[in-house]
Amino acid sequence: MTQTTADSAARKQRAQIRVRTLRTDRWWLAPALTFAGLLLFLIYGVWATFDGSYFTDPYIAPFSSPCLATSCPEGARLFGFAPFGDWYTLPPGILILGLPGGFRLTCYYYRKAYYRSFWLSPPACSVAEPHGKYTGETRLPLILQNIHRYFFYFAILIGLVLTYDALLALVHKPAGLGTWILLVNAALILGYTFGCHSCRHITAGRLNHFSKHPLRYKAWTLVSKLNARHQQFAWASLFSVMIADLYVRLVAKGVINFPFA
Amino acid sequence: MGYKAKFRIWRGEGGEGRLEDFTVEVNEGEVVLDVIHRLQATQTPDLAVRWNCKAGKCGSCSMEINGKPRLGCMTRMSTFDEDETITVTPLRTFPVIKDLVTDVSFNYEKAREVPSFTPPADVAPGEYRMQQVDVERSQEFRKCIECFMCQNVCHVIRDHEENKPAFSGPRYFIRIAELDMHPYDVAERKESAQDEHGLGYCNITKCCTEVCPEHIKITDNAIIPMKERVVDRKYDPLVWLGSKIFKRQR
Amino acid sequence: MERHEYDVVVIGAGGAGLRAAIEARQQGKRTAIVCKSLFGKAHTVMAEGGAAAAMGNVNSSDNWMVHFRDTMRGGKFLNNWRMAEVHAKEAPDRVWELEAWGALFDRTKDGKISQRNFGGHEYPRLAHVGDRTGLELIRTLQQRVVALQQEDEKLHGDPEAYIKVFAECTVTRLLKDGDAISGAFGYWRETGDFIVFDAPAVVLATGGIGKSYVVTSNSWEYTGDGHALALLAGAKLINMEFIQFHPTGMVWPPSVRGILVTESVRGDGGVLRNSEGRRFMFDYIPEVFKDKYATTEEEADRWYDDQANNRRPPELLPRDEVARAINAEVKAGRGSPQGGVFLDVSTRLPAAEIIRRLPSMHHQFKELADVDITKEPMQVGPTCHYIMGGVEVDADTGAASVPGLFAAGEVSGGMHGSNRLGGNSLSDLLVFGRRAGAGAAAYVDGLAKRPAVTGLDEAKAEALAPLERSGGENPYEVHHELQRTMNDLVGIIRKSEEISEALQVIEKLKERAKNCASSGSRIYNPGWHLALDLRNMLLVSECVAKAALLREESRGGHTRDDYPGMSAEWRRRLLVCAASQDGDSISVEEKIQPSMRGDLIGLFERSELEKYLTEDELAEYDAAVKES
Repeated sequence: MTQTTADSAARKQRAQIRVRTLRTDRWWLAPALTFAGLLLFLIYGVWATFDGSYFTDPYIAPFSSPCLATSCPEGARLFGFAPFGDWYTLPPGILILGLPGGFRLTCYYYRKAYYRSFWLSPPACSVAEPHGKYTGETRLPLILQNIHRYFFYFAILIGLVLTYDALLALVHKPAGLGTWILLVNAALILGYTFGCHSCRHITAGRLNHFSKHPLRYKAWTLVSKLNARHQQFAWASLFSVMIADLYVRLVAKGVINFPFA
Repeated sequence: MGYKAKFRIWRGEGGEGRLEDFTVEVNEGEVVLDVIHRLQATQTPDLAVRWNCKAGKCGSCSMEINGKPRLGCMTRMSTFDEDETITVTPLRTFPVIKDLVTDVSFNYEKAREVPSFTPPADVAPGEYRMQQVDVERSQEFRKCIECFMCQNVCHVIRDHEENKPAFSGPRYFIRIAELDMHPYDVAERKESAQDEHGLGYCNITKCCTEVCPEHIKITDNAIIPMKERVVDRKYDPLVWLGSKIFKRQR
Repeated sequence: MERHEYDVVVIGAGGAGLRAAIEARQQGKRTAIVCKSLFGKAHTVMAEGGAAAAMGNVNSSDNWMVHFRDTMRGGKFLNNWRMAEVHAKEAPDRVWELEAWGALFDRTKDGKISQRNFGGHEYPRLAHVGDRTGLELIRTLQQRVVALQQEDEKLHGDPEAYIKVFAECTVTRLLKDGDAISGAFGYWRETGDFIVFDAPAVVLATGGIGKSYVVTSNSWEYTGDGHALALLAGAKLINMEFIQFHPTGMVWPPSVRGILVTESVRGDGGVLRNSEGRRFMFDYIPEVFKDKYATTEEEADRWYDDQANNRRPPELLPRDEVARAINAEVKAGRGSPQGGVFLDVSTRLPAAEIIRRLPSMHHQFKELADVDITKEPMQVGPTCHYIMGGVEVDADTGAASVPGLFAAGEVSGGMHGSNRLGGNSLSDLLVFGRRAGAGAAAYVDGLAKRPAVTGLDEAKAEALAPLERSGGENPYEVHHELQRTMNDLVGIIRKSEEISEALQVIEKLKERAKNCASSGSRIYNPGWHLALDLRNMLLVSECVAKAALLREESRGGHTRDDYPGMSAEWRRRLLVCAASQDGDSISVEEKIQPSMRGDLIGLFERSELEKYLTEDELAEYDAAVKES
C-alpha cells in the first residue's frame, strides 16, 4: 500500500505456485474446439479456392464471388464485367478472398479466438501462456490489426455482392434449395459485417454526444445489438459460407441433382 | 443441509508458502467467504483475508477459487460438489502479504497516472447539462468496484511481470474510456492511452470481461472503442489526410 | 517507530472522511487519511438510494425549507436544528460540486441531475445513479483526492506532499497534550508495525457501530472506533440510544442475513405484504403522519404517476415506522417462511424496468439468494443499519468538546435526531465532511504552537497486550456473544429488564475482552485486530444500553415496550455519554437541547408542533410567530 516502511525481498513476491493453473474445469475444451473449427475452415478454404466448379446457373459459390476475370463463365461475372481481362488465368477466388479473409483475420472476435487457440496467449483465463515474452499488438506485424476498418469497408462490398448473388438466384430460381441457402448465408454475412466493432465505432461510437446525432445514435444502437452477438454471427457465417459454397460446388459437379436443388 | 467440506488454502507470509488442507463445516446458503470466516473463528484465527461488505459491492474479497478469480462473498458453496476439494489461493499477479491478502498497490499507482476529469474552465458546478444517453456509456464503467480481478487475470501482466511498467490494465482502460466518452472532458486521452498506458498490449482475449463481477463489458465497450479511437488518431491514413486538409482550410 | 507530521489527520476514508480531507487539503493543510480498509472500499459504497439535496430538478416546489422540515419530522424533532438547517441549505452545492469532479448522476429530460422519491421526503429529492449512488460518491471523492495528488506532483514533485492515504492502518488511540489533541497512534494491518501521527487536529469519520449486532447491514469495519476514540479522548457522545433498523434487509440465506435491500425498491413501486397477501402498511400509519399518507391501495398506486394530487403510499413512511411494522407482523405470525415479510416488485413493474432501475438488487438476489426479483417477491426484515447518535459536535465546524477533535458523518451525532431519513446520510457526509475539514483547517491556523505527543508507551502496551497473552479468551467468541446480546436485548424493541440484563452481560464481556489472546504474528492477523476492536464495540454498546435504559419513551430509533408513547418532555432532553477517567465505564447525563430559532420553528404549522412540543415550548412558538 502507500506504506513507507522497508519491505523484505520475500514480501515483494507473488505466491510461488508452481502449477500452470489451478483450474479444475475443462478449460482446454473451448480453445480446442475453436482450433478445430478454424482449421477446418482454412483447409476447406484452400481446397475451394483451387476448385474449378464454382458456377452453376443461377448459383455462384461465395468463395469465388465476385468473379472478375474473363476466365469466369459469362453468367458468373458481376454485372457481366470482367475487369481483369483474359491475362488472368488463376482461380478467381484468389483475386478477392484477401478481402473477406483480411476482414476476419483482423476482426476483434477472431483475434481473440486465434490468439487463444493457435497462439495460446493465453489458452484460457488464468492459465499461464507458454511464451517468454509478450508485446501484444504494439509492434509489427500485429500493429497492422489496426487497419481492420478498411477491411470492413471492403467487407461491406463483398457482403453486398453475395446478397446480390442470392437475390439473382431468387429471381431465377425461387424454389431452389440453393437459393435459400445463399440467402441465409448472405443474411448471416451481413449480420456479421454490420455487427463489426469498427462499424460500431464509425456509426456513432466515436462521438461523445449521442443526443446531438439522433440518427447516428439510432444506427449505433442497432449495430450494438448485432455487435453483442458478434461471436455467434462470426461462427454462424463462417459455417454458412462454407456450407453454401460447398453446396453450390456439389450442384455444379452434379453430385446434388434433385429437381429443386 | 450442512456438511463437511474439504478446503485447500494457500498459507504463507510473502511469496513463500504452501497449500494447507482443512475440513470445515458448511451450512445451507453459505458462500466461500463464510467458510473462511468459520475457519478463522474455529481453527486458524490468524488466517488473513481481506473483506468488507460481504455483498459484492466493495470488491475487497478477490481471491482465486479453483484457479479462477472470484469474489469470495459471491461464490456460493452450492456451486461445488460436496466431495470436491476447493482450492483457494491469493491473486497471482500481485505480491502476497499474507495468506489470501495481496499487495495491490500497483493498481493505485496506475490510477494516479491517469489524468483526472478535466472539464472546460467555463462550466461552473450546477451548470452541467448532460443527456442520459450521453452519460450511459461512462456510467457502465463507473460501476467498477475495483476488485482488481481484471488486472489479476490479464495475461499481459499475469504471465509477464516485466510488462507492468508499460501496461495500466483493464481497470484503467475503462477509466480512460469513461473520461474520453464523458461529454464534458476536454483532455487528450487517445494517444496517451496507446503510448503511456499500453493499450496496444491488449490482444482482446477478453479474460477481463469474463471475470468482471459487475458484468461490465470491458473489452467490447471500453477497450475496443478506445482502440478504434486510437486508430482515428494514429493509424487511419484517411482520417490523417482529412485532418491535414481540414487544417489547411482553416 | 514510524512517525509522521501532519496538520490534519482524518480517520476514516468514507464519504465524510474523504470530503473532510479534500477540504483540509484545499485550504492548504498537510493532510493524512487513515483508513482500515483499502482506499475506496469504505462502507459508503453500500449506500444505494441516493443523496438528498433540494435542487428542485424534478419538482420545482422543493427547496431547503421543505427539506429542513422533512428532516426534523423524520427525526421526531430531536434533531440538532442548526445541523438540519446547514444540511438542507448546503446539500445542493455539495452534490453539484461532485459533478464537477466527474460524478455521473442519472439525468432528467432537460439534462439536469435526476432526483428520486424516498421515504419521508416530500418531493423527489435524491440525486442517484441507479442503485449504486454510494459507490459513485466514494469513487468521485477518491478520484478527487487523486486529482489533488496529481496537482501536487506537478507543483512539488511529490504527489503525497499535501495529501496522503494510509490504507489498511488502524488508529487505536488519540494522543493528547494536556486537554488538546496532539496526534494519533495506530498500527499497520499489513505488518503489525506501529505508526504515530503528530497532528494538532484529528477529524473522526469512522462511521457506525453495526458490528455490535448480529443482523446488520454494516461491514466488519463498523466497530464504533471513532465513537470509542472520542470517548477515550474525553469527548461526549449524544443520542446513542437511537439506532436505525433498516426495515428491509435480506433474511435468507442465513449467511447474508442483514444485507440491505434498498429503499428505492419501495420508492419505485415495491410493496410490502404479509403471508396473507395483505399490504399491511396501511394498518400502521401513525397519528402524526395520518394526513400525509394514502389510506387506500388505489390512492397509493395513483401516487406513483401523479404525486401532486395523491398522498404517498405508507410503504414510504420513515424507516423506523416501517421496521416496527414488519417486526409486529412477524411477531403476530404473519411473516414469510424465513421470518421476514414479502417485498414484491415483480407484480408491479415489467421485468426490463426492474433490471434498469434496480440493477444491483436484481444482481444481489440472483447471486446470493437465487431469487429472481422480476419473477418472485423478496423476503425482507429489519436489520441494524445506522446509528443516529455520535460525537457531540458544533454544527458549523464539526468541532467536538476536546480542542482539536472534529467529527463528521455517522460518527457524529445530532443531525438526524432520533431517526435518519433515507438519502440524508450521503448528503450529511458531504456537507459536514466539508465543514469538519474546514473547521480543522481553521483550528490549526489559530494555534500558536504545535502540541506535543504524549502517552505513546501506554498506547503501545495496550495494542500489544493480546499478542503477549497466551491461552486467553477467543476474541471471536466474545464478539459473537456481544452481538447476540445486543441483538436480542437492546434491539429494535426494548424493555427495561432486558436492557439491564444486557448491561450485566457487557460488564462480564469487558472482563473477558481484557483477557483476550491472539495467536500468530503481527502480520495481517485478523484475530489480533478483532481483539483490539472489541474494546471499542464494548464501550459503544455500553453507551447504547445505558442511554436506552434511561430514555423512558419511544421515539424514532428507540422503541420501549414498557414506554410505548412519545413524550414531549423527553423530546428536549438529550442523553450525553462520557467515559470515566480510566476509560473503563460510561456515565450518562441529561442535557437540555436549545430551542429552535424563531425563523426555523416558524416554518412549521402549530397543529404539527402540538404533537411534539410541551406547552411551554408552544408558548415560545406563539411568541416567535407573533414577532415575525
